[in-house]
Amino acid sequence: MKVIGKDILRVDGESLVRGKPVFTDDIKLKDVLYVKILHSPVAHAKILSIDTSKAETLDGVIAVFTHEDFKPHYYTTAGQGYPEPGPRDMRILDSTVRFVGDRVAFVAAESVAIAKQALELIDVEYEELPCIFDATKSMTAGFALHPTTGTTGIHDIEKNIAAHLDAELGDVDAALKSSDHVFEGTYSTPFVQMAHIEPHISITWLDNNNRLVIRTSTQVPHHVRRIVAEVLDIPIGRIRVIKPRIGGGFGGKQEILNEEVVGAVTLKTGRPARIEYTREEELYAARVRHPELVTFKLGFDENQLLTAIDLNILEDCGAYGPHALTVMSVTSQKALSMYKAPNIRVNGDGVYTNLPIGGAYRGYGAPQAFFPLESLMDEAAEQLGIDPIELRLKNVFQVGDDVPIAKILGEGREGFPMVLYSTEIAACLEEGRELSNWDALRHQTQTGRYRTGIGVAVAGQGSGIPGIDMGSAFIKMNEDASFNLQVGATDLGTGSDTALAQIAAEVLNVDIEKIIVYSSDTDMTPFDTGAYASSTTYISGTAVLKAAEKCKTMILEQGIKLLQVEEAKIVDTDVVAPDGQSISYADICMKSFYTEEQAQIMGTASHLSYDSPPPFNATFAEVEVDTLTGITRVIKVVSVTDAGQIINPKMAEGQIEGGIPQSLGMALSEFMPFDDKGRMLNLDLNSYHIYTAQDMPELVVRFAKSHEPTGPYGAKAVAEIPINAPAPAVTNAIYNAVGVRIKHLPVKPGELLANIQLDD
Amino acid sequence: MNIQFELNGKMVSADSAPGTTLLEYLRNEELYSVKHGCDHGECGACTVLLNNRSVNACLTLIHSVEGKKIETLESFSTHEHLHEMQEAFLHDGAAQCGFCTPGMLLSVEALDREGNKVTKADVKDALNGNLCRCTGYVKPIEAATRILQKDGGDSK
Repeated sequence: MKVIGKDILRVDGESLVRGKPVFTDDIKLKDVLYVKILHSPVAHAKILSIDTSKAETLDGVIAVFTHEDFKPHYYTTAGQGYPEPGPRDMRILDSTVRFVGDRVAFVAAESVAIAKQALELIDVEYEELPCIFDATKSMTAGFALHPTTGTTGIHDIEKNIAAHLDAELGDVDAALKSSDHVFEGTYSTPFVQMAHIEPHISITWLDNNNRLVIRTSTQVPHHVRRIVAEVLDIPIGRIRVIKPRIGGGFGGKQEILNEEVVGAVTLKTGRPARIEYTREEELYAARVRHPELVTFKLGFDENQLLTAIDLNILEDCGAYGPHALTVMSVTSQKALSMYKAPNIRVNGDGVYTNLPIGGAYRGYGAPQAFFPLESLMDEAAEQLGIDPIELRLKNVFQVGDDVPIAKILGEGREGFPMVLYSTEIAACLEEGRELSNWDALRHQTQTGRYRTGIGVAVAGQGSGIPGIDMGSAFIKMNEDASFNLQVGATDLGTGSDTALAQIAAEVLNVDIEKIIVYSSDTDMTPFDTGAYASSTTYISGTAVLKAAEKCKTMILEQGIKLLQVEEAKIVDTDVVAPDGQSISYADICMKSFYTEEQAQIMGTASHLSYDSPPPFNATFAEVEVDTLTGITRVIKVVSVTDAGQIINPKMAEGQIEGGIPQSLGMALSEFMPFDDKGRMLNLDLNSYHIYTAQDMPELVVRFAKSHEPTGPYGAKAVAEIPINAPAPAVTNAIYNAVGVRIKHLPVKPGELLANIQLDD
Repeated sequence: MNIQFELNGKMVSADSAPGTTLLEYLRNEELYSVKHGCDHGECGACTVLLNNRSVNACLTLIHSVEGKKIETLESFSTHEHLHEMQEAFLHDGAAQCGFCTPGMLLSVEALDREGNKVTKADVKDALNGNLCRCTGYVKPIEAATRILQKDGGDSK
């Protein structure tokens, strides 16, 4: 292959390193209004009254909106397929607020300063209501956080259960009873911030035809268009959503966070409007990873093979449930797609609390699965007296295996049968064992203050949502044999525009420079569900492959007509007849435009897959625990991934290198403490500590040689898989270092210290 | 109050309201390589050079730069040529979403201008004020270290 598997420079790379004005906020509009939101200072209250009169008379304030300005309409901010699988429990502005940060009102003014001043002039009278800050108490609180009228899709309003799932295959109770060994553990994963460096920002204006243009930092332009149309009650065709380059998303921008707010301002005033979250708003009023309290029971037979996996999930959705069902579904699907057990069962509840809203965050429920599962597998290996790598190798799914959870548990409905066509997890484990120096580091005799240890964890993910995610592509040819590739797929900074261009270039036998990519503009590009669920390379990439093949077929057909022959074939960039006559791509297109057999050479295709082949990863972490302070430092992480055929090695490495520190942060450095009123305490990036350059351990990143038969050129997804295994690899390494099992993340040095018992 | 300073090689005069930050001024001048990420000097996306040293533009008041020299990434490349460090970032895949990239490039430029031999640890130190959620800093550190260690570790 000429282009696939090569370190092609990113198609947007030069503009990015030049600092060109390519992001949402890098434009200047005339007469723009600045929009600010008044956020609730209390965690649960009824708004008895809002007096906006003082704010409205402030010079420079153009409009103030409260719940009285909108008909009660319930929707979800989750940028997901339609109909959405989660509850519709949210209004643009509501008369009840449900977490510190909920919207109370919004203001449009001539400057940010005036808008901020206006917020202070809004008088709100709240009647405070009882709160739930502990998800284990939601179901028995005795009061409901959401109304029965208007909302839809909430599993049990009275018990504050946003979503529920249960599924069983075989007889788990009987299997556990007859197992030779049963291991059980309860674990929790915390709130985590996506912490993209570019905040949420959206800018709207009316175009010359009075249509609403939304320029926004989003992963889901088509969902933005559909949901904003619904909420603002205007036709979908009156909205154009444009996604420029975006400064990171990680799922945080799979949300329709503020597009409807700023759209409402423009529709009411006729003026351009801009809203940008401050870092503080990002931290307390945007979206977070759902905390989950997870209990696993694992049964093993005498041969150390799994007999049963029993999984119980309590998911904290926060105040609303935009991803309530699906995050929990992913926890279950991914946990039960790793190891072969004849009996499996899952029971999960996603419950409301008066805390920040759980959204989509890279991994989407899978990190919440693999921290517990891989911790318990480590414990099981020790108890069974077997090397943790060996225990995993004995139990992982193999090529040709049926993965039954995929069928019984889909995206909010029954799923589709799944057979594993590719897995190189064994190769990943073997290579990681070598690169991490596992055998030498695992059994060290240590003394002194600093103790080192090594741990391992494995994980899987998916490649798009089977039966739901759809991508499409349009390719048209130009006279110089360049091609415009138009895709709805959304490059959120991952480089997907480049990967998709590589696929088109490979099919069409041209250099990457000949592919001109334009993506994510709802007026100009065909539909795509968006950049989430690790779908772009696999789903949108296959759409590009099919569109490019159609385009190539048309080139051949035009060439045959122009050569006036019966048959011919494409060799490089020429159409060649058996008698040796040939015509170049460029000549074919030039003639097709202007002189003979006139037609636009083009191809368009869509793709949906009932397969979602899992990429797999094995992560080895080497840590050093300071037994004086309880602080854990990660020394080295070895991450070996099976993502099928790698489209662009440098970009794929970048995905892994970026995913690892997000998981290390969840394990070690990122905390979201709240006070007893539900207020997040650390509202800046100094105290909410994401990994910095100096925090980084040595990373060793490798890919196993692999080929997925259902993927474009053999590719599987690579975006989410690296975030699942590092956290449990670290905590397993901590156990190896100091003998303490971590069951609740993040690791708190004080608690770790209290549990360390040294022999010497 | 009107203040004069050098911006990307040209003397300019600014008539900004008191309290205006250098970040607000520069973005208003459409120097969009200077990014807004936090307003508190935490993320480093607004890094610029002030008299050859890297500073957070969001923490620098415009009225404090009177008579000083400010450089943004816009001044680093010409229409024809990228700066050597930009080339390295491009070729190494050091820019993913690219939002923090301008700030990173200026931080390593400030390190380079110190004129000392540079170690990988120095590069990590120089980039410590530039938060990045995409790259894990691996490729930015590699690219910057390679360029700054050319000529036996002393790049100037």
